[in-house]
Amino acid sequence: MAVEATTTSMAGSGRSPLERPLRARFPDRLLRWVLTALAAGILLLIAFFFVRLIVEANPALSKFGVLHFAFDNDWDVSRSIYGALPLVVGTLITSAIALLIGVPIAVATAVYLTELAPRRVRGPLTVLVELLAAVPSVVYGLWGVFVLIPKLKPAEAWFGRTFDFIPFVGADVAGPNYFIAGLILAIMILPIVSAISREVLATVPVGDKEAALALGATRWEMIRIAVLPYSRAGITGAAMLGLGRAIGETIAVTLVIGNAPQIGGTIFEQGYTLAAVIANEFGEAANNPLHRAALIAAGLVLFVLTLLVNVLARAFVVRGQRKRAGGPAQGQAAIAAGGPPV
Amino acid sequence: MSAMSVLAPISGRRRRKDKVARALLLTATLIALVPLVLVIYYLLKRGLGAISWHFFTSDPTGAFIGDPGGIKSAILGTIEMVALATLISVPIGIGVALYLVEYGRDSKFASVVRYFVDVMTGVPSIVFGLFVYIVLVIGSLGSGYAAWKGAIALSLLMLPVITRSSEVVLLLVPDSLREAALALGAPRWRIVFRIVLPSALPGLVTGSLLAVARAAGETAPLLFTAAIVFGTSFNLSDRMNSMPIQIFNDVGQASDVLVQRAWGAALTLVVMVLLLTLVARLVARRSRFT
Repeated sequence: MAVEATTTSMAGSGRSPLERPLRARFPDRLLRWVLTALAAGILLLIAFFFVRLIVEANPALSKFGVLHFAFDNDWDVSRSIYGALPLVVGTLITSAIALLIGVPIAVATAVYLTELAPRRVRGPLTVLVELLAAVPSVVYGLWGVFVLIPKLKPAEAWFGRTFDFIPFVGADVAGPNYFIAGLILAIMILPIVSAISREVLATVPVGDKEAALALGATRWEMIRIAVLPYSRAGITGAAMLGLGRAIGETIAVTLVIGNAPQIGGTIFEQGYTLAAVIANEFGEAANNPLHRAALIAAGLVLFVLTLLVNVLARAFVVRGQRKRAGGPAQGQAAIAAGGPPV
Repeated sequence: MSAMSVLAPISGRRRRKDKVARALLLTATLIALVPLVLVIYYLLKRGLGAISWHFFTSDPTGAFIGDPGGIKSAILGTIEMVALATLISVPIGIGVALYLVEYGRDSKFASVVRYFVDVMTGVPSIVFGLFVYIVLVIGSLGSGYAAWKGAIALSLLMLPVITRSSEVVLLLVPDSLREAALALGAPRWRIVFRIVLPSALPGLVTGSLLAVARAAGETAPLLFTAAIVFGTSFNLSDRMNSMPIQIFNDVGQASDVLVQRAWGAALTLVVMVLLLTLVARLVARRSRFT
């Protein structure tokens, strides 16, 4: 018997002739222990992470108070006053612009690729959209600084002049501004929102679509009445994961936001974001404990914000997937992998 | 369509609406590709001019005018740090995935781990950098910037990506293979090392390579862990230059030669990342299970 072949070297004194002696079972236990310890280590790491951030941010948080730190509109290093509202607002404005521009395009791309594209171009187009995720953040920043900012300035000025009756639109255009940062963020979240939307759309039952077509619906009507309603929760989740990305994106934004700790009156004014302030002011804060603590507190706010967004997003995507019973949770896996499988 | 004769014909208004909607969806898809085309166009247009033999074989000089030097130290630094980060994160990442697939399965603990690994993927990279800065750079565990600390920050970033992609691949290994081995009396650890890991290998390599490609382009975590230097270093406890940091610094300088070097370095970095992605895709093709 093969079993015996692998166990002949062991003393066969166990209760069952098939049972392995302790010495032979040791590697099994060891592997199990090591792997479990690794998994538990991840949990400990995250807990440790959170505690250390709070401890290190404490000097700033206790001096100004958590609420004052988060909601005071005054970030002035020279006076040692740290109220992060301009940063929080900057983060929210740029992320909102990114979602407004990025999500409709990403979802439309996903719908086109899953429902309309001819089979031959589907693969290549999918790869191209996903390649957007392969470009490093700093390269988008470089491109934004030397191409987008100068080339778009006239267009922004024209738009600002023509539509200045719209709130938050004005004719004064700073080179680096909220809009440019939001536009670059839109490009950066596009691949992940599109990839997850595609997987969500792929779960729409063929029967639903065929039923719509059999009732005489055109392709677009089929998409509108069968595909989109079914995937609404999943697409919402995809958009929120994009939001999480946009909030945390650092380097590209640092290069094109202008780094002015103020709340700009229009989308064409300079601003700052939580992530950008950390990247930018870290060097000078090295020998200033309060400044450093304030930056770490900004990191903490950023961490909590992305955590909340991600938890909500996940809930939406899971709800979307619960609709169909069983089946491999592909969408979740893609989300978990942190981006589209490029 | 023969159905046309039975059903009422689709009205002109509905047909027009269908055409317009389809055209809009196609347009959106084409718009999505515009940035990619533009980025690649400008990288080639402005970056190719910077590239020469000298560019790859000299360190930055720190000079604002005249010869700025090349990006040798940055390329080597990125390779060293990403290699170390890979050595750290691949065994741990695949180990956690093995736990989830082979032992944890649907247990409560496993789903908690899975959830927090997912949470980790959503943590911004700069927060990882901040964490390593707090614990390793200013903490009691030694002070100052060092390449290995940068590598740890990168490995934290790669870890969840590797774990989740590995888990998906390991799940694809058919249970019948495991059961066959168990029936033959093989112990669990042999099944893991002789059957599960080898059959999932292409997928594991793909996931790891994609994580490497992502780490190679990360700037934020290195900013306050490995810091900024010009010279080439092979000592992982020294400060070390890297491609993204080099580009980030050059962009901020009001100097044409430095900006030119930034474009050249960006082109090099994008080519490196794309090559990694391409290799990852080719390896994925060899996978036996899909």
